[in-house]
Amino acid sequence: MIGIIDYQAGNITSVARALKYLGHGHLVSDDLKILDRASHIIFPGVGAAGAAMINLKKAGLDRWLAEYAASEKPLLGICLGAQIILEFSEEDNTTCLGLIAGSARRFPEGLTHRGELMKVPHMGWNQVHFCRNHPVFQDLRSGGEFYFVHSYFPVPVNDEWIAGRTAYGIEFCSILARKNIVACQFHSEKSGPLGLKLLDNFCRWDGRDAK
Amino acid sequence: MLSKRIIVCLDVRAGQLTKGIRFQGNVDIGDPVAAANEYYQAGADEIVFYDITASPEGRGIMVDVVARVAAQIFIPFSVGGGIRSVADMRRVILAGAEKVSINSEAVLNPELIAAGARALGRQCIVLGMDVKKVPPTATIPSGYEVVIHGGRTATGMDALQWAGEGEKLGAGEICLNSIDADGTAGGYDLNLTRLISTNVRIPIIASGGAGKPEHLCDVLTAGRADAALVASIVHYKTYSVGELKDYLQQRGVKVRRDF
Repeated sequence: MIGIIDYQAGNITSVARALKYLGHGHLVSDDLKILDRASHIIFPGVGAAGAAMINLKKAGLDRWLAEYAASEKPLLGICLGAQIILEFSEEDNTTCLGLIAGSARRFPEGLTHRGELMKVPHMGWNQVHFCRNHPVFQDLRSGGEFYFVHSYFPVPVNDEWIAGRTAYGIEFCSILARKNIVACQFHSEKSGPLGLKLLDNFCRWDGRDAK
Repeated sequence: MLSKRIIVCLDVRAGQLTKGIRFQGNVDIGDPVAAANEYYQAGADEIVFYDITASPEGRGIMVDVVARVAAQIFIPFSVGGGIRSVADMRRVILAGAEKVSINSEAVLNPELIAAGARALGRQCIVLGMDVKKVPPTATIPSGYEVVIHGGRTATGMDALQWAGEGEKLGAGEICLNSIDADGTAGGYDLNLTRLISTNVRIPIIASGGAGKPEHLCDVLTAGRADAALVASIVHYKTYSVGELKDYLQQRGVKVRRDF
């Protein structure tokens, strides 16, 4: 059973819809006792880091997620979920969950590429270049395109935890991976067949990183 | 690098597809759910549903069409037409749309943009603008006037100023439709698109006038658009989404090919 964490951070129904399409049983909840039943956790999110952390704390999900992450069960962060698993976000200067050491930073203003201004948010389809192998990348090739909408991006303290990179004026980390945690900055659930494949791979993953 | 998006627009009336030519004389051409799925498979980067009768006739959004689309299409799609409140927006988003597009409603009630952005996030709010070329005046210095109600009502507002205000209020994107170019198949309005795109910092979707692959190339390069909206050119099978992308790729425009 795949647990999807519901903490009032934007629309999480699209993740549930994608799992339904893929045929994976899932539950959507903010109830710790219900989430305890999950074999896998997906931690989605759209919106601002500050508000998200307030909601997580209110539901006791901050501590629950820390305990879950310390187990060996697989955890997938998506978009905002890939940022607030870090220690800190520049968005609202927010202290975050600290499941992975690092911070979320904002795209610098005024980045250009071939004379064209890189607008923020970074919105649309962009390539993800894999930096290493990972079970959730099975049957996906490096350089495939995924759908992004974000103004902040993850910066882990250790480059070894960067599993995918994307270029947008600068190169940034678009997939984090460490032990039983994997997190993608793009919306896998809105990234067509490639995104569905990544979600499907995650749902079949045992949480062991065969690096 | 970020790809330029090809967005397929499906005009819906009474749960059926139409494609308006200059917003008049629409003909029904089919089921929106089947069409959306076809374009998803063909590699469209995004889909827009526009309830073309909703605004003037005050009709609601076809939430169940949205839900049926969302169950089988896993790319972003937006819904526009007749959205007048945050509650309307929320209904459409919860049914599975990624974004909502507001046009006449935003002109009549600009606070709707801000309220929508606060409730759902900026990335959910697309400001649709219908624009008509007019002689420049003191109140419309750019020479482009915002029109509403499908082009039937002039507002006296300058398109460039309105785009800037929409951005400030919290729009995440602007879908910029040239009423003059719409339905002509003679090409997008490049001047208009470049003017708006280089003066706001949010993505611009160019709309109205696509008849040939060159038109898309022009608006995505010289016009500085981030995305190009297409309708008749693909609905009438003049070109497929794949053929448009083949052409753009040959001309050095980065598009999503891997799906």
